[in-house]
Amino acid sequence: MLELFELGFLHLTWGSVLMLLIGVVLLYLGIAKKMEPLLLVPIGFGVILVNLPLGGLMECIVNGNVVEAYALGGEPAGLISRVFRYGLAWEIIPCFIFLGLGAMTDFGPLLANPKTLILGAGAQFGVYFAFFVALLLGFSINEACSIGIIGGADGPTTIYLTNRLAPHFIGSTAVAAYTYMALVPIIQPPVIKLLTTKAERAIYMKPQLRAVSKREKLIFPIMAAIIIILLVPKSAPLIGMFMFGNLLKESGVTDRLADTAANAFMNILTILLGISVGCFMSAEAFLKVESLLVFALGCVAFASSTAFGVCLAKLMNVFSKEKINPMIGAAGVSAVPMASRVVQKMGQEANPRNFLLMHAMGPNIAGVIGTATAAGIFLGMVG
Amino acid sequence: MAQEKVEFPITGKVISVNVKQGDTVSEGDILCLLESMKMENPILAPVGGTVSEIGTSAGQVVEVGEVVAVIEY
Repeated sequence: MLELFELGFLHLTWGSVLMLLIGVVLLYLGIAKKMEPLLLVPIGFGVILVNLPLGGLMECIVNGNVVEAYALGGEPAGLISRVFRYGLAWEIIPCFIFLGLGAMTDFGPLLANPKTLILGAGAQFGVYFAFFVALLLGFSINEACSIGIIGGADGPTTIYLTNRLAPHFIGSTAVAAYTYMALVPIIQPPVIKLLTTKAERAIYMKPQLRAVSKREKLIFPIMAAIIIILLVPKSAPLIGMFMFGNLLKESGVTDRLADTAANAFMNILTILLGISVGCFMSAEAFLKVESLLVFALGCVAFASSTAFGVCLAKLMNVFSKEKINPMIGAAGVSAVPMASRVVQKMGQEANPRNFLLMHAMGPNIAGVIGTATAAGIFLGMVG
Repeated sequence: MAQEKVEFPITGKVISVNVKQGDTVSEGDILCLLESMKMENPILAPVGGTVSEIGTSAGQVVEVGEVVAVIEY
C-alpha cells in the first residue's frame, strides 16, 4: 500500500538523469532545430517518460514478478511494453510503415533513369563493410547484421532486422538509424567532399528526365515485388508491403486507400513507433559500452555507405559516355529525401546551373529497395 | 551583350521572386524560390549580370523549361 505514495525522486539514478537529459536534447533537436521532428519528438518524449522511475510504462511480468524494464521473455504489462511487444516485436509496425512509404513514393525518377538502381545497390556495400567491422570487433554475427543495416539509414528496416536477430540492441540500433537519418546533412557532405574534386561536383546534368508513362509506373511495383521476392524471399514482408503501398497509389482506382496509407495510417504508426523506441531507451538498457559502440559503429556504417555510393558513381563515369555527377551516388542510402536534398544543395554550390534533385531521387528510392533487400539477405543468411 | 536565359529545371509553384528587372546579380544569387516535392528550392543565377527580363511571378505554377529570368552580362 505504501508503494502507492512512493516518490519517484528517491529512485532517480545518475543514469536516469543522464537519459532525461538525452531526452531533452532529442526534443530540442526535433523542435528547435527541426531535425526529423516527426520522429525525434515522440522518441525524445518516450525517453523522458521511461526514465522517470516507477512509471511502469515498460513493465513486464517475469515468473510472476513485475519488473520495471522491458523483458524479452516476459509478459508485457505496461502501456508501452504492450505496444512494443505486439507492434514491434511481432514485426507489424515496421512492415506497415513500408506500406505507407510505398504509397508516398514516386518511382518516376528511378524508372526514367534505371541506371541509378545500380547506385542504390552500390551504397549497400557500406552495410556489408560495417557488418565485417562489427564482426572483427567481436560482435556476434546476428549483432553485426543489425549494426551493418544502420548504414542504410532506414529506421523501419533496422528495427525489423534487429528485432529478428539481436532484440537486445533494438533501442540503440533504432535510435542510431533515426539519428543518422536526421544527421544526413551533417555526415554526408564531408564524406562526399573527401572523395570528389570540385570539378566533379560541378558536373552538369540536364534537368529534363525522360517522361515515364502511367503504365510503366503501374507495372513496376507488381514486377519489382515478384522479382525481388523471388530473388530474396526473406525480404517479402518489407518489399511486399512497400510495393503494395505503391500499387495502391499508382493503380488509379484505390486513391482512398492510398490516401489513408500515406497519411492517417502512417501517422498512427509513426506515433506508436516513435514512443515505443523512445521507451526502450531506459538507462539500464542504453547506457552500456556495447550500446554506445553500436551507436558509433552505426556512424561508420552510414559514412561508408555514402562513400561506396560516390565511388560507384565515379566508376560508372569511367565506362559511360554521358557523365553523371558522382554525388548522386551518395543518395543511394535510403534516407528519402534528405540525401537527395544534400546532393541538390552541394551540386548548386559547386555549379549554380546544377539542379540534381530529381537525378538524386533515383538512387535515393533505389536505396530504400536496396536496404530492405540487404535486410532480407541477412535474414536469409542467419535468420 | 551576351544573354543567359534561366529556365525552371523542375515543375513546382513559385513561392517568391527575389529579383526585379534592372537588378544586378552575382553568380549564385537566388533568383526565386520554387516549392517542389514539398521542399523549397532556390533557383540560382548561373552568371553575374543585369536582370533584363523576369518571366515568372509569385504563386505561379510552372513547368520545366519555362523562363525564370533573362540575365545580360
